[in-house]
Amino acid sequence: MVHRYKNNGYNIVLDVASGSVHVVDDLVYEMIGLYEEHDRDEIRDAMLKMFGDAYSSEEIDETYDEITSIKDAGQLFTEDAYRDIIIDFKKRKTVVKALCLHMAHDCNLACRYCFAEEGTYHGQKRELMSYEVGKKALDFLIENSGNRVNLEVDFFGGEPLMNFEVVKQLVAYGRSREKEAGKNFRFTLTTNGVLLDDEVTEFCNREISNVVLSLDGRKCVNDRMRPARNGQGSFDIIVPKFKRFVEQRGDKSYYVRGTFTHENLDFYQDFLAMADLGFKEISIEPVVAPPSASYSIKEEDIAAICEEYDKLAKDLIEREKSGKPITFFHFKIDLNGGPCVYKRLSGCGSGTEYLAVTPGGDLYPCHQFVGIDEFKLGDVDHGITNTAVVEDFKCCNVYAKDKCKDCFARFYCSGGCAANAYQFHGNILDAYDIGCELQRKRIECAIMIKAALADTEEGDS
Amino acid sequence: MKRIKTLTASTMDKTVVNGGCGECQTSCQSACKTSCTVGNQSCEHKEEQ
Repeated sequence: MVHRYKNNGYNIVLDVASGSVHVVDDLVYEMIGLYEEHDRDEIRDAMLKMFGDAYSSEEIDETYDEITSIKDAGQLFTEDAYRDIIIDFKKRKTVVKALCLHMAHDCNLACRYCFAEEGTYHGQKRELMSYEVGKKALDFLIENSGNRVNLEVDFFGGEPLMNFEVVKQLVAYGRSREKEAGKNFRFTLTTNGVLLDDEVTEFCNREISNVVLSLDGRKCVNDRMRPARNGQGSFDIIVPKFKRFVEQRGDKSYYVRGTFTHENLDFYQDFLAMADLGFKEISIEPVVAPPSASYSIKEEDIAAICEEYDKLAKDLIEREKSGKPITFFHFKIDLNGGPCVYKRLSGCGSGTEYLAVTPGGDLYPCHQFVGIDEFKLGDVDHGITNTAVVEDFKCCNVYAKDKCKDCFARFYCSGGCAANAYQFHGNILDAYDIGCELQRKRIECAIMIKAALADTEEGDS
Repeated sequence: MKRIKTLTASTMDKTVVNGGCGECQTSCQSACKTSCTVGNQSCEHKEEQ
């Protein structure tokens, strides 16, 4: 399967199964579109008709041979031969290697779009995770991680800093077990910033490999969706703290992460606001909300969102060229390395190698399934008892999803988010259609950026 | 190839041989909690590829 598209003046051809990317001129672009269904003579005639005398018959024939040689090299029209290996791979015994610890089912903000419903997750009670529950969760992770060395633990909520003392204790406990267990903990933390102070900053810079700081961009946008519980906006509280945090962060990883909604489809302006504040690692995601919510992304918003992504992509190219790059998480792509085929096609690991733990110690397939009874997998005392649900998640891969079959993005999104599929279709093997459209656009932009930067390098050399 | 510039002649099939170790980061532990972005994760064995 080949995906062709035009963006920002580039004609891009992606050979889906090999991952090869070619930037081509107009003639090649049109010829590749006909290549599989037509023979050399038919294509020559079609090109002469399409381009008039811009190209001679000889040039067209030469170009046909070039395309054929790339195909013969396994970089065009490659067959997707991974189906069987992925199905076998998914049948293997799974290990748990990542936990999302819900340190607090409570929050000091009242964000309108929060899927965690201010930490209460579908009516769960407001509570904090105790050290004992957290410790059992880490023990569970170590015991069920097989021979995996790198174990990931995300401190999440609600707002995890409402339970900072336990966060510190759990990091200390994890570190104390690393050596004897032969494991390496990578701790991450997602915070709204309200409780961020020098002590937290110092701790995070020492122990937390990536910190996600929630901010929606412009003050008016942020404060409309992210008010405190007294109704006041959070921007003026959190932005000075985020700036100070990032100044002290050094070269350790962080992301300032925002959500855009139907109410700020011009989210490129929010990216600019974040960039103007000095943030260099930025992530902005579309809200995932029920269609009934006024702020949910609608089908008719897609075109406007795609235009914003185009503006953002061009902006990032200019910043890169001027030596002041900004990383936009959703345009990051590694065309030469990146994940292996297994990772690309087997999904995010929810329900198998990635689980969420509630403050009371219940296990769920991921943070987004918390509080939905049928998805409760077990708890930290008894381990996984609901193995049927784990089996369902084990079978969740791109080849099990009809919508992914003919989609060029399947090697990049891995079949999409199971929780979103469940939310919109009641089935983890379905896909959230608006999310798919936007994901495809982001991948196109990410590849175009690579093409533009390669162009610049060539021009420089 | 005068009309074709190959940005990457990726050979994803080679990763079938050495891939699948599972040591790389889980996508939702990075900077997305509401979508699934796997293609931008790094391979722990990039140097060896």
